[in-house]
Amino acid sequence: MALTVEDVHRVAHLARLDLTDAELATMTQQLSAIVDYVNQLQEVPTEGVEPMAHALDLHNVFRSDEPRPSLPVDAALANAPDRRGEFYGVPAVLE
Amino acid sequence: MSLTDRTALELLDALARGETTAEALTAEYLQVIRSRDPQILAFLHVDEAGALEQARAIDMRRSRGEPLGPLAGTPVALKDVLCTRGRPTTCGSRILEQFVPPYDAFVVSRLKEAGAVLIGKTNLDEFAMGSSTENSAFQITRNPWDLKRIPGGSSGGSAAAVAAGEVPLALGTDTGGSVRQPAALCGVVGLKPTYGRVSRFGLVAFASSLDQVGALAHDVADAALLLGIIAGHDSADSTSVDRSVPDYHAAVETPVQPLTIGLPTEYFGGGLDREVESAVRDAVRVYQKLGATVRDVSLPHTPHAVATYYLVATAEASSNLARYDGVHFGYRAKQYDNLIDMYAKTRGQAFGQEVKRRIMLGTYALSSGYKDAYYLKALKVRRLIRDDFDQAFAGCDVIVGPTTPAPAFRIGEHMDDPLAMYLSDIYTISANLAGLPAISIPCGFARNGLPIGLQLHAPPFEEEKLLRVARMYERATDWHRRRPPR
Repeated sequence: MALTVEDVHRVAHLARLDLTDAELATMTQQLSAIVDYVNQLQEVPTEGVEPMAHALDLHNVFRSDEPRPSLPVDAALANAPDRRGEFYGVPAVLE
Repeated sequence: MSLTDRTALELLDALARGETTAEALTAEYLQVIRSRDPQILAFLHVDEAGALEQARAIDMRRSRGEPLGPLAGTPVALKDVLCTRGRPTTCGSRILEQFVPPYDAFVVSRLKEAGAVLIGKTNLDEFAMGSSTENSAFQITRNPWDLKRIPGGSSGGSAAAVAAGEVPLALGTDTGGSVRQPAALCGVVGLKPTYGRVSRFGLVAFASSLDQVGALAHDVADAALLLGIIAGHDSADSTSVDRSVPDYHAAVETPVQPLTIGLPTEYFGGGLDREVESAVRDAVRVYQKLGATVRDVSLPHTPHAVATYYLVATAEASSNLARYDGVHFGYRAKQYDNLIDMYAKTRGQAFGQEVKRRIMLGTYALSSGYKDAYYLKALKVRRLIRDDFDQAFAGCDVIVGPTTPAPAFRIGEHMDDPLAMYLSDIYTISANLAGLPAISIPCGFARNGLPIGLQLHAPPFEEEKLLRVARMYERATDWHRRRPPR
């Protein structure tokens, strides 16, 4: 298989996804099949080909640096899982 | 033919002549939704009171002789991945089940200005990831032509709602085929614009370099009208293009002559259902009778399109979906040991399997040691896929082929095999990678009564030509007038 359970566990940690043991097992099998499939791209000659991240040839699109009204605080906090006054309540970031 | 079987243009005419009012029309559509949607399950939220209020306001404006927008009084459904201020927007996910956006998407604002009656939000594969609408956290939409089959995805709710006569127009989104494929499977028209033609502001992002809002309608003329309303530059979307919008509606009835159609040899190989191939070749003969020249073209990198897409799209998705962490909005896990554990448990508990699979694949493709071999390699092949189209278009006006390898499959048929599901995107995926406009139009039915779609591609920003060519076929046939049994 292209991926081991350890590989999948490591990627899940990078992606901040808590997977059950059953999910880890299924995911390992399914992702391995998909990675095996996408490995076919290694056969495609691409020397001298520029990566195409984007269909349009747009470059830094700026607007002038003028202050404008933004989202009101109440609207911004309306969906907060844990609103504390004008703040979002979150678990401690630093331990 | 009942009002709710008509096209949007026919309804606008009926409203202008006073045959009906916006309120009566909206009430009629709400009645269809009430009676049919318990079987079809196209809608996640229906805004009965809001819709009737919008409709009454249009009737009031009309009676006072005030100016009316080009869609005044026409009900429109919105895929639930488009932000609607003050109304739920779930993206088909438990992680946004309670989310109410504080702003409207650009396309939603445009529809409101045009006088559309926003009737509700439609079901989708979670975060637009899927080809069958089976990945919705809430319900599986049924194909109105056969309730045991999928409507396609990810815009399955929008396509089914139009097909079932619940609404004459709908917006969907298309990242790898998610407007065109359900359109083909549901027997309606589905249009994906050129990347950058329509603003993505307020469209919840899946893959930022691939996503586009698209139009679903009964016919090409309606799709042209709807595109004209939502297209155009938006300073709030830095990927939206500042380029004038042609009057698609005014142009659509003018045939393209002379017309050369390109048929990619790679699209007619193994894996294509024989009835689909037969319907597509019959459609090509219709174009020949209309005077078109047909030539074979080659898109040699076609066999690599699915692999390229499932690296590029998943990599972008892994980045875009990082924001769902339980901090500012959406679901937050109730028990956790620390901040990182909160993220992991929130996402682990509230994301569905397909979403997790794609985030994992994308994270892997971008991770240290693998990024060059997977993500960057895929971006190089992407350029080769785009070059294939540029070269093919040097010799033809439009590129034609099937939209899907087969008609609608049964619910549950591919759920155990994600890779098989991915491979069914083969015909639609390249247009997103290359950023091209493409449309699916009804071109026949399989023996079992399921619709078949014909796909046309045009060069970037040539939606006008694309729509005119598609309309030529429609005027010579009547597949698009068929409606599923009630």
